[in-house]
Amino acid sequence: MEGMAGQKSSLSWTVNIAAFLLVLLWTIPTLGLFVSSFRDRDQISTSGWWQSFSGSEQTGFVRSGTAEDQVQQDGLYVIEGSALEGTQALKAWGTGARNPAEFQPGDTADLGDGISLTVAEDGSYRMTSAQPFEMQRGERIFTTTVSPPSFTTENYNRVLTAGGLGRAFMNTMTVTIPATVIPILIAAFAAYALAWMQFPGRAVLTAAVVGLLVVPLQVALIPLLRLHNDLGIGKGYLGIWLAHTGFGLPLAVYLLRNYMVGLPREIIESARVDGATEFQIFRRIILPLSFPALASFAIFQFLWVWNDLLVATVFLGNTREQLVMTGLLRELMGSRGGEWEILATSAFISIAVPLLVFFAMQKYLVRGLLAGSVKGG
Amino acid sequence: MELLWLAVSTIAIGVFGCVAWFWGSNWLLDRAYPPKGDKAGDNIRRANQIRPWLFLGPALIFLTMYLVYPVLDSFWRSLFNSNGSRFVGTDNYTWLMRDAKFRESMLNNMLWLLVVPVLATLFGLLAAQLTDRIKWGNIGKSLIFMPMAISFVGAGVIWKFIYEYRASGETQIGLLNWIVTQFGGEPQIWLTLPGWNNFFLMIVLVWIQTGFAMVILSAALRGIPEETIEAAILDGASPLQVFFKIKVPQIMGTIAVVWTTVTIVVLKVFDIVFVMTNGQWGTQVLANLMYDWMFRGTPDYGRGSAIAIVLMILVTPIMVWNIYNARKEVR
Repeated sequence: MEGMAGQKSSLSWTVNIAAFLLVLLWTIPTLGLFVSSFRDRDQISTSGWWQSFSGSEQTGFVRSGTAEDQVQQDGLYVIEGSALEGTQALKAWGTGARNPAEFQPGDTADLGDGISLTVAEDGSYRMTSAQPFEMQRGERIFTTTVSPPSFTTENYNRVLTAGGLGRAFMNTMTVTIPATVIPILIAAFAAYALAWMQFPGRAVLTAAVVGLLVVPLQVALIPLLRLHNDLGIGKGYLGIWLAHTGFGLPLAVYLLRNYMVGLPREIIESARVDGATEFQIFRRIILPLSFPALASFAIFQFLWVWNDLLVATVFLGNTREQLVMTGLLRELMGSRGGEWEILATSAFISIAVPLLVFFAMQKYLVRGLLAGSVKGG
Repeated sequence: MELLWLAVSTIAIGVFGCVAWFWGSNWLLDRAYPPKGDKAGDNIRRANQIRPWLFLGPALIFLTMYLVYPVLDSFWRSLFNSNGSRFVGTDNYTWLMRDAKFRESMLNNMLWLLVVPVLATLFGLLAAQLTDRIKWGNIGKSLIFMPMAISFVGAGVIWKFIYEYRASGETQIGLLNWIVTQFGGEPQIWLTLPGWNNFFLMIVLVWIQTGFAMVILSAALRGIPEETIEAAILDGASPLQVFFKIKVPQIMGTIAVVWTTVTIVVLKVFDIVFVMTNGQWGTQVLANLMYDWMFRGTPDYGRGSAIAIVLMILVTPIMVWNIYNARKEVR
């Protein structure tokens, strides 16, 4: 890595490969969940999701027909049938549990007593004997089969129609939207006052907002729950909206103030000279100009509220009707830890909306992060 | 459907209420002190003294009620017994010091504090440096940044699937155990391995936070003046030297910001532990311990509040540092 001109291309190859590996490492976990949500229960529990593209191998056994099924052909006694169902392809077969993949498709096995068995690639078997068959139970035929890669949307049907996910989705929506809109409004006015109005205590208040940014939410749980009970709000949507508004405000005020301070002074001064009231200035000039900052905060708050578990568990309650999606997921992890098809599908549905928002509005998210961290922090 | 209406009408009422407050109070103020007539100057001055508080009012009420008051109330409550009926002084704190679970949580939190911010910053720096130099860098950035949008619970499901264990000899459906068995190792129940399981939980948070570190550090790296780098290259510095001796020192401030932000997240880490191990097998952390005391079985508000106050004390240095920096910038 001497960085001289001649080695430039090998260096850039190294960078490309390293970046690719890093991206791969960061994407694979989510990809695994996504792929798994399209596989049915048997597939998930018998093979890893990374093998789902190459078709999965299964082993099993069937019993051949018994003496009753035999027919006479060309002087031989013959039992015929199929060892496979559906569209599976036979990879290997055998006659004993010790070595279930002893023979290739088309091979003939000698079972002793003049009996021989052939299993063809399509799974049809043919057992022949010079003497009449007398067995009451069929011979065991072990098969190793390969199913073609198959994906299904059955999990989504099942999870969305039953299991309370639809309800939880609605609950999450009901929590998230007001809890995003209300703090923006309140914060915008406060940020304008902190940025452009003269009054004693302004610096102290601004510092206080910065300080409140890091207060751990855990501190607020018990006091607020008691406060809500005393005020008669109790557990419910109103309580959780108010709580999220309170918890989101420091960041909202901070982000918006930082942005509004940077707006050109002349515009505001000249509007004041023209006799516009503060309210008019705010509504006609500041709000439209601050759109990028408003959008940034809206995304933060949306993601935060949508993904929150703690506040929802404490302020909304835990009955089936009240669960938000994160709460439901947690419950599923406890009660259905082994049913990965349900878990994967539910998890993917719950992260689909934030992912959509994320990819659609990434620009504003990045801008907000930079405004919040690089400048002040 | 009913819920939808409730939601829509609350948004409407909430938004309308806010607008009505701001608009109405301003209107009233203008009526009380009209900016015209013979006392116009006096009136404008008075109105300008009152108006900021109208704008700030709702925000101040919320901040006080939902953040300032709870801190004070928690502190007060931590001096009382489990149901708040008897004043016990510092008993809850002395109990904490002796409690084995609390010490385990403190130790684990410290471990998280040492590992997660460092790894997230390092990977973020690496990702920023790599993706800034390639053509498909923006797509790469998006993908590394993506876990940021995933909830801790969702991430818990995703990673639990990776750590999934099947008995030796069965087909491994967890990626990690599959890789281990491919190399001839024994499959492990990763989340119960004493000591190590903490690291398997930390990986989840590193995975989420790296994108954040990358975005911010990438912006800082691009902000470095070209001349300093060119001068170093002309003087014969190798790319590694350029990176560590020229670039990194210039973005030290930003690295500190990333580091403190991730530190705050780590101190409050709850969901990941809650859904993946629930603090069993030696993975307890403060936030989850507090949840246990407050909401499991018979709640003990005194001890729960004491743990919350410990958390608050732990974030205080960062709070002070943030305020100090913000004030420096305002001047």
